[in-house]
Amino acid sequence: MTGAQALIKSLEMEGTEVMFGLPGGAILPVYDPLLESTIRHILVRHEQGAGHMAEGYAHATGRPGVAMVTSGPAATNIVTPLCDAMLDSIPLVVVTGQVPLSAIGTDAFQECDTTGITMPVTKHNWLIQSAADIPMVIREAFHVATTGRPGPVLVDVPKDISNQTMDWYWPEAVDLPGFRPPQAPDPRLAREAARLILAAERPVIYAGGGILKARAAEALRRLAELTGIHVVTTLMARGAFPDDHPLALGMPGMHGNYTAVTAMQQSDLLIALGSRFDDRVTGKVPAFAPHAKIIHVDIDPAELGKVRRADVGIAADCRSAIEAITAAVEAELAETATVPFDRSDWKATLAGWQAAHPLAYDQEEDGPLKPQFCIEQLRDNTPDDTIVVSGVGQHQMWTSQYWKFNHPYTFVNSGGLGTMGFAVPAAIGAKVGKPDRMVWAIDGDGCFQMTAQELVTASAERVPIKVAILNNAYLGMVRQWQELFYKERYSEVYLSPDLPDYVKWAEAMGCVGLRCENPEDVAATIEKANSIDDRPVVVDFRVDYREKVYPMVAAGTSNDDIILGPAEGEGGH
Amino acid sequence: MPVTHHILSVLVENKPAVLTRVTSLFSRRGFNIFSLAVSPTDDEDFSRMTIVVDAESAPLEQVTRQLDKLINVVEITELSAGAAVERELMLATVRADASNRGQVTELAGIFEAKILDVGADALTLMAAGSPDKLDSIEELLRPFGITGLQRTGRIALPRIPRGTVRLAAVPESA
Repeated sequence: MTGAQALIKSLEMEGTEVMFGLPGGAILPVYDPLLESTIRHILVRHEQGAGHMAEGYAHATGRPGVAMVTSGPAATNIVTPLCDAMLDSIPLVVVTGQVPLSAIGTDAFQECDTTGITMPVTKHNWLIQSAADIPMVIREAFHVATTGRPGPVLVDVPKDISNQTMDWYWPEAVDLPGFRPPQAPDPRLAREAARLILAAERPVIYAGGGILKARAAEALRRLAELTGIHVVTTLMARGAFPDDHPLALGMPGMHGNYTAVTAMQQSDLLIALGSRFDDRVTGKVPAFAPHAKIIHVDIDPAELGKVRRADVGIAADCRSAIEAITAAVEAELAETATVPFDRSDWKATLAGWQAAHPLAYDQEEDGPLKPQFCIEQLRDNTPDDTIVVSGVGQHQMWTSQYWKFNHPYTFVNSGGLGTMGFAVPAAIGAKVGKPDRMVWAIDGDGCFQMTAQELVTASAERVPIKVAILNNAYLGMVRQWQELFYKERYSEVYLSPDLPDYVKWAEAMGCVGLRCENPEDVAATIEKANSIDDRPVVVDFRVDYREKVYPMVAAGTSNDDIILGPAEGEGGH
Repeated sequence: MPVTHHILSVLVENKPAVLTRVTSLFSRRGFNIFSLAVSPTDDEDFSRMTIVVDAESAPLEQVTRQLDKLINVVEITELSAGAAVERELMLATVRADASNRGQVTELAGIFEAKILDVGADALTLMAAGSPDKLDSIEELLRPFGITGLQRTGRIALPRIPRGTVRLAAVPESA
C-alpha cells in the first residue's frame, strides 16, 4: 500500500468521520485514495476555514477535528486556527503536504518550513521521514491531541513519502516516554481542598473551559449543590454550569457582570476548576481577589502557580479531581460531623448585588435596534439546546452576557486568541458535527467579512447554518476603546452598514439573505430564518453603533474599578 | 556562578528538531538561557542537554513545568551546586611573543591548561574545569590580550548518591 493510502486508512482507524480541507500539489497523492474512503471531506474555500471548521466540530462533539491541506501557503493559512486551538485547548489533527524529502531545503515551489513555523502553536508536530512511520505517527498524533490538556498537532507529509510503498500495520500502542499527563488526583490534596471549602465564608467556584474538556459539567453541578457554593463560568466555560441554576453567577472578567466580578474580588476562597487566571478574568493581577485562598485544579501542571500561587494545587483531570473533592467533602462532613460555615450573609450579599446591578440595556420602542435585544430575541425564539457560535468583539461579549447557556457544548467561540472571522467556519464545523441541532452564528460585520466566503462551502455541502450579523458598521470593540480611552479619536474603525450589501452577498453565496432594522421586526425575522432548513441563512441586523459593552474593567486596572453601564445601576466600588 | 542561575540536566529523545523545540520554548516564554550544552548519551535514542537558566527571567518551577510539556523531553533534573559535578572546556588564543611567552606558559602550568598551538606572537591554550576556575584563568590571561575565546558552557551530572560506593571523589586541583 502507498503512504497516501496508509494515511487515509490510519485516519479511518482513528475514527475520523469527517475532515475539512483543500487539495493542492504536495498533498495530491493523499486526495486520491480519499475517493474510496468512508471519510466525508468538506471542501473549503480557504485553508483558515478548514482549521476553524475542525475547531467548531471539536468544540461541539468533543472529538478531535481533522483538517488536511497542501504545503506552503496552505500550511501558513492554517497557522491561525492552530494557534487558536492551542490557546483554547482544542484537539485538532492537521495534515499538511510537503515538497519531496529530497527537495526540502532547496526553496522548492510551495515549500515552507511547516514544522518550524507551527512548532510554537502545536502541542507537537511531526515531519514524516518514511511511509512506514505513517500509522505510528497518526496514532501518536491523535493520542497527543486528545490526551491530557487537549490541543492541536500537525503531521507534515512529503509528497514522495505519500507515493512510497509500505507494509500496512496498525500499532497496538504508542511509545512516548516523555508524554505522561497527570491522571488521578492526590487524595491528600483533595482532603485539604475539602477542609478549605468547609471553612470558607465567601467561597466562589471559578469554572473554566477545562470543565468542558474533561466532560465534568455534571460533576461540577454535584459539587456546587453539595456545598451550596456559587459558580462563575468563564467565557470558555459558558454552558458548563446552567445559567438558570440558582447558584449560577454568570461570566466574570473584563466584561463580566457586576456580581460575578465582585464576588470573586471579595471571596475568601476561589475554587479554580480548569481555569487559568487569564488576564481578561483577573484584571490587574496583584489586585485580583486579594483575600482569597486558592484551590486550583488543572490537568496542565504548568498552569498551577503560573499567574497566582495556589494554596492547594491539584494537577489532575478536572472530572476526577472534582469527584475526589466532592467525596472528600462528604467524608469530612460524615466523619467529623463538621457543620459547614453558615453562609447566609454571603448569599444575601450576592442576591443584593444581583438585584442592584443586573446586566441592562435600554431598547426604546421607536429607537434604533439594540444588539442586546437581537440576542435576547434569538435566545427566546430558538430551541434551548441551540449551538451558538460567535466571532470576536462586542457581539461576542453581548452573546456571552445575554444568552442563557443551560447545556454544555452550546457555546463555541475564540477566547484566548480572539480570532476575528472564527464564527462562520466554526459554525459550519459545529453543524457538521451536530447536524440535528440548530446552529446560530452571532457575528459582527467586521468579523463576517474576514471568512464569509465559507458560506459558499456551507451552501455547496448543504450545511444549513444561520448567521446573525450584528451590523453596527464599525469595528465596534475598537471603536469602544477609542471612545473611552483615546478621547473619541476614531481611527480606521468605520466599515459602512451597506458596503458590502450583506443580503446580496448572502444570496450570491447560495444562502437566504434577510435584513432587519426595527425592533418590532426582530422576532418575525428570526422565525423566518428558523423556518429555512435547506440552505444557510444570513440576517443583517442593523444595530445601534453607539451601544457599548458594559460592565467593563479597563485593561490593566483592578476588578474593583468596574465601570457599570448607564442602565446598570449606580456605583461600583 | 551567580546564585541566580539554575542548572537543569534534561534528558531528551534523540529526534529531529528537539534542540529547536527546547530553545523555541525558552524564547516564546521569555526564559533566558545562560549556557547550553547538548550531547548524545550512552543510549543512542536519547541526548542530554545541560541548560543553565537565568532564574530571574522566570520562576524555575515554570521553566521545568513548561519544558516537561514538550513531548520529546523525557526527564528534567535540577542540579544544585553541591549535588552535581560540573565541568566546562575553554579554548583561548592569547598574545604572547618571545618576551612574555614564559609568563603565559607558567600560568597555563598552574591551571593545568594545555598549549594546543603556538605562533610567533600568540598561542592557543585549552583549559578544563569548573566554570569558576575558567573565569579565573580568563581574568589572568586578559592582561596579555585575548584575541580568541570559546567556552563550551557547562556540562554536569548528579553526584553519585550516598550509600553507593564512590570509587573516587577526586578534588579538582587549582
